[in-house]
Amino acid sequence: MMKGETPKPSAVTEANRMSPDDGILVRVDNVDKTFHRGSEEIHVLSGLSLEVPGGDFLALMGPSGSGKTTLLNLIGGLDRVTRGSVSVGGERIDQMSNRQLAAWRARHVGFVFQFYNLLPVLTAERNVELPLLLTPLSKAERRKHVETALDVVNLSHRSRHHPRTLSGGEQQRVGIARAIVTDPTLLLCDEPTGDLDRKSGDEVLHLLQALNREHGKTIIMVTHDPHASARAKRTVYLDKGQLSTEKPE
Amino acid sequence: MRFLVLVWNNLKRKKLRTSLTLLSIFVAFVLFGLLCSIREAFMAGVSMAGADRLVVRHKVSLIMNLPVTYGPRMERIPGVESAVHWTWFNAIYQDEPKNFFGSFPVNPEPFLAMHSEYLLPEDQKQAWLKTRTGAIVGRTLTQRFGWKIGDRVPLTSPIWPRKGDQAWEFEIVGIYDGAQKGTDTSGFFFRYDYFDEARARGEGTVGWYFVRVTDVNRVAEVANAIDAEFANSPYETKTEPEGAFAQGFIQQMGNFTTILIGILSAVFFTILLVAGNTMAQAVRERTGELGVLKAVGFSNGLVLALVLAESCLITAVGGLAGLGAAWLFAARGSPIPAILPVFYLPTENVILGVGLVFALGLVAGILPALQAMRLQIAVALRKTD
Repeated sequence: MMKGETPKPSAVTEANRMSPDDGILVRVDNVDKTFHRGSEEIHVLSGLSLEVPGGDFLALMGPSGSGKTTLLNLIGGLDRVTRGSVSVGGERIDQMSNRQLAAWRARHVGFVFQFYNLLPVLTAERNVELPLLLTPLSKAERRKHVETALDVVNLSHRSRHHPRTLSGGEQQRVGIARAIVTDPTLLLCDEPTGDLDRKSGDEVLHLLQALNREHGKTIIMVTHDPHASARAKRTVYLDKGQLSTEKPE
Repeated sequence: MRFLVLVWNNLKRKKLRTSLTLLSIFVAFVLFGLLCSIREAFMAGVSMAGADRLVVRHKVSLIMNLPVTYGPRMERIPGVESAVHWTWFNAIYQDEPKNFFGSFPVNPEPFLAMHSEYLLPEDQKQAWLKTRTGAIVGRTLTQRFGWKIGDRVPLTSPIWPRKGDQAWEFEIVGIYDGAQKGTDTSGFFFRYDYFDEARARGEGTVGWYFVRVTDVNRVAEVANAIDAEFANSPYETKTEPEGAFAQGFIQQMGNFTTILIGILSAVFFTILLVAGNTMAQAVRERTGELGVLKAVGFSNGLVLALVLAESCLITAVGGLAGLGAAWLFAARGSPIPAILPVFYLPTENVILGVGLVFALGLVAGILPALQAMRLQIAVALRKTD
């Protein structure tokens, strides 16, 4: 699904026309991403293209500073491309307004972060409930969804606990529950085991695998850890702004 | 309402900082409430002044008296309906200077006819007319000294000694109430005939006159006519509307409203900095969390609204508690009835206070809220790494 060469403009247009019916959920087409640091321009991604079919579990590896998180942010609508296009489920998210993008994220994407990013002032269940506050669900319906999500990550018994009283693994499972509570199409995980010991990391990876296999979630996971990438269905490597199926030297 | 838990929990994050901010807002609004009550106390005479009433006093000074014969002469001037005289008696109860209160010898019937803002039951009015040493007392004053109808009250006056240096003795025959909330009910009125006959000096003089005009549109014209009537006499007059008279009386102490606005502006500016700093710190500390909220789908507008809601909530809790405390304090009555006989927090000031509470919340929160709104998600999330 990954394209080795830079597509021609006509290919970009073709990508725009593609619907998710062709099985491709995520289509990154000829994307450039440049950051500015003072007068200096930093090209993080150059003409990068990637296709991820629905139901895939993709591990994205690469050295620090290679642009993994930047790519993940572009796919999740957290950042904007400098050039090129990003389509998810047939929708051109690079053309959406900030408001549309926020609503799209709430409906279609779940994020899992390396440092869990739970709100310390809220209990586990309140953290999980956060994305549901944006939906028209009633309080009772929200509670039911939260219970289900916490049940999936096997943390129902810790629902009233604040993050500081949970272990790292438990906090990450709460983070995963928050990511899946709206039943999104796509899960984007940025180093989900990066802050965990091996045992907790394995639990989280096992959970992600189950979500992929049993619940059909499409997962893109950024990781440095070969042990984690081994749990994915496939792995791509990002180096110097380019993707490859081969591990760089 | 569904976001209230989030907003409320954010306020509990730094309990000490939030408590100190709440306390400073609370104190500011207590001060606001009390200063408004004090202002109302000073301005009650102005706001309660009758539009159709003039005050006639000695041209040189209020402390100089006028002849009692001026009353009938004024009533003959076209446009004058009636003229009623008052005299400052300066009564002191039990020889204690702190037991000082407003007291005035008047002619009962014309006085009650002129001042319909004082409500006196008919039987008590009749008792006053029959009793030469009778006095009617405002409800607030009876509460201050525990007086009741039938009590005999000895008073002294440093201005008006009684013949033979005896104490003045009065019998309380009536208790009057105010027709409106701001009406002063701390006064003590007794009969002029008793006063004039028994005083050691100054017979035949009065302090000033209240004059009712027949046509409120002719107030200025009538005032000029009165002053012209007594021009070039030993007792020249200065006539002005009752409201202007009351205002001039207050301004002897300075422009109270300007002083009040000055103090409150300084207080609210300081509180604005305190609340604004609290919110700015709160947003800075939560950059990563705000990024997470945006990542899960909170729009920029919603994040802006949440920060403003937090700012308004903190000012609402502190400010409304402060206003409530000031209202309760004022409702207990004047702490210094001799100086501030009318003491309450007017409803319009409460409404103004509530408006200020939310204005303060919005102004204190707007910059941090805009900062939170403009936060780029990817940048914000890096702050947690």
